[in-house]
Amino acid sequence: MAADTSGPEKRIDIARAVKDAALAGLLAFGLFLPLIGFQTVQNMRNELELDTRLSLLLVVVAIVAAGRLLYTLFLVPWRARRPHLPSARASALAAAFAKWFTPFALGFVVVYPLLSLLIAGRGGAVKWIDNFGIQILIYVMLGWGLNIVVGLAGLLDLGYVAFYAVGAYSYALLAKTFGFSFWLLLPLAGMLAAFWGILLGFPVLRLRGDYLAIVTLAFGEIIRLILINWVPVTNGYAGITGIPRPTFFGIPFNATDEGFAAVFGLEFSPIYRVIFLYYLILALALLTAYVTVRLRRLPVGRAWEALREDEIACRALGINTTNTKLTAFAMGGMFAGFAGSFFAARQGFISPESFTFLESATILSIVVLGGMGSQIGVAIAAVAMIGGTEITRELDFLKTLFGSDFDPTQYRMLLFGFAMVLIMIWKPRGLIATRQPSAVFREARIISADLVKEGRG
Amino acid sequence: MTAAGADPVLRVEHLTMRFGGLVAIGDLSFTAARGDITALIGPNGAGKTTVFNCITGFYKPTEGRMALHHGDPAVWEELEPMTDRGARSVRRHGGALFLLERMPDYLVTQQARVARTFQNIRLFPGMTVFENLLVAQHNPLMIASGFTFLGVFWPRAYGRAEKSAVEKARMWLDKIGLIERADDPAGDLPYGAQRRLEIARAMCTDPVLLCLDEPAAGLNPKESTELNALLRSIRAEHATSILLIEHDMTVVMEISDHVIVLDYGVKIADGTPDQVRNDARVIGAYLGVADEEVARVEAEVGL
Repeated sequence: MAADTSGPEKRIDIARAVKDAALAGLLAFGLFLPLIGFQTVQNMRNELELDTRLSLLLVVVAIVAAGRLLYTLFLVPWRARRPHLPSARASALAAAFAKWFTPFALGFVVVYPLLSLLIAGRGGAVKWIDNFGIQILIYVMLGWGLNIVVGLAGLLDLGYVAFYAVGAYSYALLAKTFGFSFWLLLPLAGMLAAFWGILLGFPVLRLRGDYLAIVTLAFGEIIRLILINWVPVTNGYAGITGIPRPTFFGIPFNATDEGFAAVFGLEFSPIYRVIFLYYLILALALLTAYVTVRLRRLPVGRAWEALREDEIACRALGINTTNTKLTAFAMGGMFAGFAGSFFAARQGFISPESFTFLESATILSIVVLGGMGSQIGVAIAAVAMIGGTEITRELDFLKTLFGSDFDPTQYRMLLFGFAMVLIMIWKPRGLIATRQPSAVFREARIISADLVKEGRG
Repeated sequence: MTAAGADPVLRVEHLTMRFGGLVAIGDLSFTAARGDITALIGPNGAGKTTVFNCITGFYKPTEGRMALHHGDPAVWEELEPMTDRGARSVRRHGGALFLLERMPDYLVTQQARVARTFQNIRLFPGMTVFENLLVAQHNPLMIASGFTFLGVFWPRAYGRAEKSAVEKARMWLDKIGLIERADDPAGDLPYGAQRRLEIARAMCTDPVLLCLDEPAAGLNPKESTELNALLRSIRAEHATSILLIEHDMTVVMEISDHVIVLDYGVKIADGTPDQVRNDARVIGAYLGVADEEVARVEAEVGL
């Protein structure tokens, strides 16, 4: 009996799957015909000619149709058969993961430079520590900073890169003009960025939701345009070069006799500076995390979250929502300022190119993908997004597959968008969407995402 | 416990609120006596919630004066001079006076100590019951945490201040019977418990006057009785006077000491529950007929 009933069902399934796949192929054909099917090429006389790439188009359409066929034939039945309730073993695994992940991740980031030195050697380690370690940690720090504004206070900020730029230019200009040290300018850059955060906060206090997002977006653009056009101070598009590098408490990292290597009796190598910078940004990022964790348990942090949940109720409880919003902007801005001054000191060169809207969008998507309000989620998202785009530089072996003019780095944004779509389907509220209570009466229980508000600004 | 108390906590005079051409409240004057439960009733759209929004600073009234009083009654002498001076508040002779129409909403709670609840419950649904009660104690905790700086760099001093906040939260959790659910998100609570939590949260701000906007709406008879007990215990054990809007007449008649009836933004009756119950204009307003027809309609419906 069982075989009898399942037989026809299966046949119908196949027929439907083929029809579905054909439809997907047709859709792909329509979509990719103008995108892939035609190409404009310049001929010898500098004229544009229309070239057709029908074989490539057909390959792409075939891949889409075959993928859809496999999806409906195998993935859908498999997902339907899979039990919906998480098993006891799975939840125990999740609990163990939650318990051990943070200490393990902390231990890993501390030994990461030594590990890459061991594995890649002196020459290769610079790339792994600088391009991966430092780059990712900058974005982790920026993500955690923006998390205060967006995740905790629920104020959608699309111009966060402005504060990053303020921090970077503050350090660059003050260090070049007055010769102040990095350690003096780091807090100063943070304070200046926080000040700009408050300055932005005042006019936008009455705005909520989409309107707030538009104004913050404009603020980011204003700062960038000022950096471009105020040439006497910022040197415009050309940017600022020769920014003083941070020193190891007064000892510079160079090949001279007073340099770090000479003082400590080591052979000169750029790796020392890179390792120092790595631990510096690690310390700054951990400071951001620590302060955020502490602030969440203080009345100001709780007021931020209450503001995200219900602003009117906050006012009815005597909370000054103006000050609460301004402190959130100031705190977020301050950490971006720290990150900015570190960025300037690490690069030695900054220009407005580094502070475009794309940066703001990247940081915001890290926060959204990670799960608003979750520090671990944001860190994981930063590793995936920034590490993922950096790793495309390492995929040279793909050239043997796709031919020598295939450049994997050009597909970075495609990967980015692909990851975003996947996460939005799989976990619409971000990787870690649950909320950890800031105060516990008897036992800590995790709050499910559907109760937590996202804030309307 | 008289209708016109000798010691008023709130005195509203000539309160008028216009929205464009619509007069939501027209020249309303009343007093709420200290230690009393004063009820504000009236048909839908009579302007009751607008009165609350004016008292709690969410609306700026078009005209009128709303004076709230703390402590020694001698300070009432200051009312006229402070009004002329343009002052927001005055503290003298161990008492204080606040002109609520001159204060922004958060200061009405923070300084004048007027707390309120909302007709449609406004909890922080994604925060735990316990967190909700801690947020309500924001202002004293903010001072204890040295406006955050002390709290970040010297956690121990703040920890001591937090302990008393936790104690107060525990006291209220016990009182509203939610101690077992303290770590659950407020949005997960059943409706009646959410209502009780909102009242407890408002009480955590240490109010002198508690304004409740339809606290019994949507409650079943048992929950309604529990609410009455809670409100009575607040009146008996705390120095808090209560002003409430209510449609549930059993609640109003049972617990209030003084009832004010509004219709189309105008006060039509003011007195003890018994006086109001037998007032022809009140019956007329609720039945929706003119005063002179009340007797005939009453006979028709068998009252």
